[in-house]
Amino acid sequence: MAHDNSYVDKKFNVVGTRFNRPDGIDKVTGKARYGADASAPGQLVGKVLRSPHAHAQILKINTSKAEKLQGVKSIITFEDLPDLTGADQGMADILENCMARGRALYDGHAVAAVAAVDEQTAAKALKLIDVKYKKLPHVTDVDEAMLPTAPIIHDRIFTRGVEPKPTKPSNISSRTEMGNGDIEAGFAEADIIVEHSFKTEQTHQGYIEPHACLASVNPDGTAELWVTTQGHFVFRNVCAGLLGLDIAKLKVTSSEIGGGFGGKTHVWVEPVALALSRKANRPVKMVMSRDEVFRATGPTSSTSIDVKLGAKKNGRITAAIAELRYQGGAFPGNWAMLGCMTAFACYDIKNNKSIGWDVLVNRPKVTAYRAPSAPMAAFAVESAMDILAKELGMKAIDVRLKNVAREGTLAPYGPTYGPIGIEDTLKAVKAHPHMRAKLKPNQGRGVACGFWFNIGGQTSTDLNIGVDGTVNLAVGTVDVGGSRSSLAMIAAEELGIDYEDVKANIADTTSLGHNDMTEGSRGTFSSGMATIYAAREAIEVLKQRAAQTWGIPVEDVAWEAGHAVATGKGHGNLPKLSLREIAAKSGRTGGPIAGHNEVTADGAGMGFASHICDVEVDPETGRSTIVRYTVVQDAGKAINPDYVEGQFQGGATQGIGWALNEEYIYGDDGRLQNPGFLDYRIPVCSDLPFIDTKILEIPNPNHPKILEIPNPNHPYGVRGVGETSIVPPLAAVANAIANATGVRMGHAPMSPPRVLAALDALDAG
Amino acid sequence: MRYETPASAKEAAGLLKKEKGAAFLLAGGTDLLVKLKMGIVEPDLVVDIKRIPKISDIQSSAKGFTIGAAVSGAELGEHAGLKKAWPGVVEAANLIGSDQIQGRATLPGNLCNASPAADSVPALIAAGAKAVVVGPLKKRTVPVEKVMIGPGKTSLAKGELIEAITLPKAEPRSGDAYLRFTPRTEMDIAVVGIAISLKLERGVIKKARVVLGAVAPTAIVVAAAARAIVGSKLDDKALDKLAAACSAACNPIDDKRGTIEYRVRVAGVLAKRAAKIAFQRAGGSL
Amino acid sequence: MSKSTLVSTTVNGDAVEFACPADESLMTALRDRVGLTGVKEGCGTGDCGACSISLDGRLVCSCIVLGVEAEGRSIETVEGLSQNGVLHPLQQNFIDHAALQCGICTPGFLVAAKALLDRNPNPDESEIRYALAGNLCRCTGYDKIVRAVQATAKDMRKKGRS
Repeated sequence: MAHDNSYVDKKFNVVGTRFNRPDGIDKVTGKARYGADASAPGQLVGKVLRSPHAHAQILKINTSKAEKLQGVKSIITFEDLPDLTGADQGMADILENCMARGRALYDGHAVAAVAAVDEQTAAKALKLIDVKYKKLPHVTDVDEAMLPTAPIIHDRIFTRGVEPKPTKPSNISSRTEMGNGDIEAGFAEADIIVEHSFKTEQTHQGYIEPHACLASVNPDGTAELWVTTQGHFVFRNVCAGLLGLDIAKLKVTSSEIGGGFGGKTHVWVEPVALALSRKANRPVKMVMSRDEVFRATGPTSSTSIDVKLGAKKNGRITAAIAELRYQGGAFPGNWAMLGCMTAFACYDIKNNKSIGWDVLVNRPKVTAYRAPSAPMAAFAVESAMDILAKELGMKAIDVRLKNVAREGTLAPYGPTYGPIGIEDTLKAVKAHPHMRAKLKPNQGRGVACGFWFNIGGQTSTDLNIGVDGTVNLAVGTVDVGGSRSSLAMIAAEELGIDYEDVKANIADTTSLGHNDMTEGSRGTFSSGMATIYAAREAIEVLKQRAAQTWGIPVEDVAWEAGHAVATGKGHGNLPKLSLREIAAKSGRTGGPIAGHNEVTADGAGMGFASHICDVEVDPETGRSTIVRYTVVQDAGKAINPDYVEGQFQGGATQGIGWALNEEYIYGDDGRLQNPGFLDYRIPVCSDLPFIDTKILEIPNPNHPKILEIPNPNHPYGVRGVGETSIVPPLAAVANAIANATGVRMGHAPMSPPRVLAALDALDAG
Repeated sequence: MRYETPASAKEAAGLLKKEKGAAFLLAGGTDLLVKLKMGIVEPDLVVDIKRIPKISDIQSSAKGFTIGAAVSGAELGEHAGLKKAWPGVVEAANLIGSDQIQGRATLPGNLCNASPAADSVPALIAAGAKAVVVGPLKKRTVPVEKVMIGPGKTSLAKGELIEAITLPKAEPRSGDAYLRFTPRTEMDIAVVGIAISLKLERGVIKKARVVLGAVAPTAIVVAAAARAIVGSKLDDKALDKLAAACSAACNPIDDKRGTIEYRVRVAGVLAKRAAKIAFQRAGGSL
Repeated sequence: MSKSTLVSTTVNGDAVEFACPADESLMTALRDRVGLTGVKEGCGTGDCGACSISLDGRLVCSCIVLGVEAEGRSIETVEGLSQNGVLHPLQQNFIDHAALQCGICTPGFLVAAKALLDRNPNPDESEIRYALAGNLCRCTGYDKIVRAVQATAKDMRKKGRS
């Protein structure tokens, strides 16, 4: 079915060009202020005492010696954070994760905290806190945690989603099942069946900026929080709730954020800093060390996945089933469920089923990491697709094209797809010059696909026109990747003025209505939508002022290329009025000119991608080098192509690190052995080649929603772009290694020792 | 914590000897300051040697090279004469960390931090390097392989410090090389390190020294590996024997950086590769 | 609390004095005593390069230099790159090539890239990548950073500027 190309053909003046970002100068001069870059008079330094045990009863916390240390101003434990969460178990979990309540659930779990006049005193104070632990048996592996013999982490957890209802507590918090059709019939009609098991290790978002905040609570219940976060409004709600503060009285200001990728959507030190400040009656600054970031924030799940595919000789898949086991750390999560939703999403498979098990282990509470749960599921399914292709004697791309999802396909997780780009990305991959690059000895090429939903969410935006015609755009979505530039471009496009005349800012929580997090690739999509509507509202006001100035009905005024134009009979002689001219008179025509919008943006449009990876494997050491890499992804409409490419390259690199070397290494004692950048090995500059990108634009017809547009303008067709690019690399690398060596790697990361062992096994067997 | 900047090695030695608390030397600080940050050490006294005159000099003479204790990896890499004479030593030193680390890291620091995986140590040993050790009363010179005696332990007495590292003059028709295995291209600690130094006579290996790192509590000189290639032109049989001898000499541990099995295997692989490089540098043809 | 030592140093060409305890890092001293927050703590152990400075012309991680070591020495930070409000070509090219996203690693990269171009005005791709291996970036995949450095090297060679 042909796509509607009206968006693609629409001539944009600003959108789609490459403009420099407004925060660029501050960032290249060192002026930009991140979480740790704020200070307040009289501020104290906050530090956290953390459990050295994976699982332990906390028998007693004796803070008396620490309290006597000169320079210590407050010490807190869970007793200073009373449980106000009521029936909200989710909030109760957040509270317990921020500060242990009688039991340490993972190595690094916060047990107490101090605020002192300086770093050295705070460190000394921590050493003087005497904690009596009673070690408990622990479990850190997802499969081991599911065994009936595993130590139970919370005895209030009974597995949801199984019948009959269990009577014994379990580490399995839920079982999810979804899919369509008849699996048994599907496998019965298959000519070929392949199955394989996969394992992926835990990784961390790896943002270079550790969590940091500056908290100040006043005796009258007002408070301020400066924090690096992906969502200052959500942080406000959570912190206010946990501390019993009024939402409107807690002013949260988002600093520049030094990377988040989902890992800064959750609170850890923030409620602790607020509690310390409240007790000490002074501002408290807390900055996590790198060690703490790895041990005690929110890494992604480690997983264990089985996939089985059945297909006819012609390549048509007749049945697909996946069983996905994801650990969520020491608290229940929905990670396996998300994996189920994405597993077969790229394909049109009549009979498909995904079963997900969400499991608890003694590890930190898992938090979102860029397309959460999708990379692991894709590692399994996209590897299985290549295994199937090999059995069928078909090209890997062709098997995918034979089964690709299109507009009208029923997605495995429920809805029917609108216009989507997966087929276009596969065709673009097939035609890409990368596919014809010559491979040298020990080199292999792999392709893989990926998918992410992208979300909309609550958004509030203000657009204010200054008397000189320059425009302030206040948005509430934190800028993680350059969205301020894109939003300014959208505002300029709508108003018909120059990009340089618009300044976008991230407002604090007292200035706008609620904005959901910048996650789910929603920043440019949602705030973009709200910006469009806010701009259109301002245009209505501008038209009214022009009408007033000319003394004609407002119905006879149009807005064209940044000017009010008098239309209709008899008005032809009226000269156009520019935005600047109207703004200059605004004080006399009715006051400041502005537009405002709240929207729960909907229909973010799915992002599909296909990647090509060339790898060279050293057969004597098992070490893999990425030789060539290409990302082809559908962006709907690239507002700023430079920043879209940047998202593609950054996400692909995170996926490559996950594929090759990144993993949490736990000892038998349940302690994390590599909580640092030395031994948690993210890709360095010399590990990578240039990453080629191709942006496809299959418009998203939901941006903005046609029914809500007062004027019959074309929407922009924007899709979220930030997440999909992390999904394909694990399998792209695995498939490349398979083609280079004949070895099928089922355990990520595919580090040199694992690859060498697999090569040995291949030689032996 | 107290911080002192003595004006001579002897003065530094005196400060160390006198100190009743925990005293540490500071040259590049790339190990000490990391340990300080992580709370692994709590120094009472830090003695910074960088203000000692000539401590950052590289002197070359007919007898060889004298490298002051505070010479950084970056400075080693910029010294044309040293690179020409001992390319293996320089490349080993230059593999320690990033350019930022190279701006500070020193040979004595790498040696006395005494990590089994220290990159410069196998190459220094293979080259016959010596350490000039200064105490409050006397000076002594000791082969580098006698300095590290175990992980984190050196043979230096309280009050002793290394003032310089000396390298002999490179003999004609000699070459050295250092290779290591790391999962990434940079920024990793060596999983296996190997240094080979050899001298040719009429195209045949006359003398050889093979030293392994990261596969035992200290760097180990593998005599059997040297014997495997002496008298050869590095034919396949000699290379296989070299690899086998290196693998056999390994006494590694399993840790987050590598397993015993992997280290033993890769030691043999790298030995062959390093030998070929050293051989070609010595003027041999393969 | 340790007594502080008074340190006299030069920062970006200006004479600067600050007092810090002997065990405080130069990174912390620059941020908290001198007020230059361009150096960032990404790890505190010399593994990420976000705190990179030039010390007497040598690229180093300021988190593993003691503040007291700066006595009598000359320090250059990212804040010293632009002159009289004019951005250094590296800074301009980073913006023009979209070589930054969140920007936390950017000061470190700029200082490291300048150190590279100061000693090698014509680096090839591999030399650039290895020279910058000590600077971690999690947002960009390094692609546009390398391109920005290449473009700068070309620009600066054209202008005959060092």
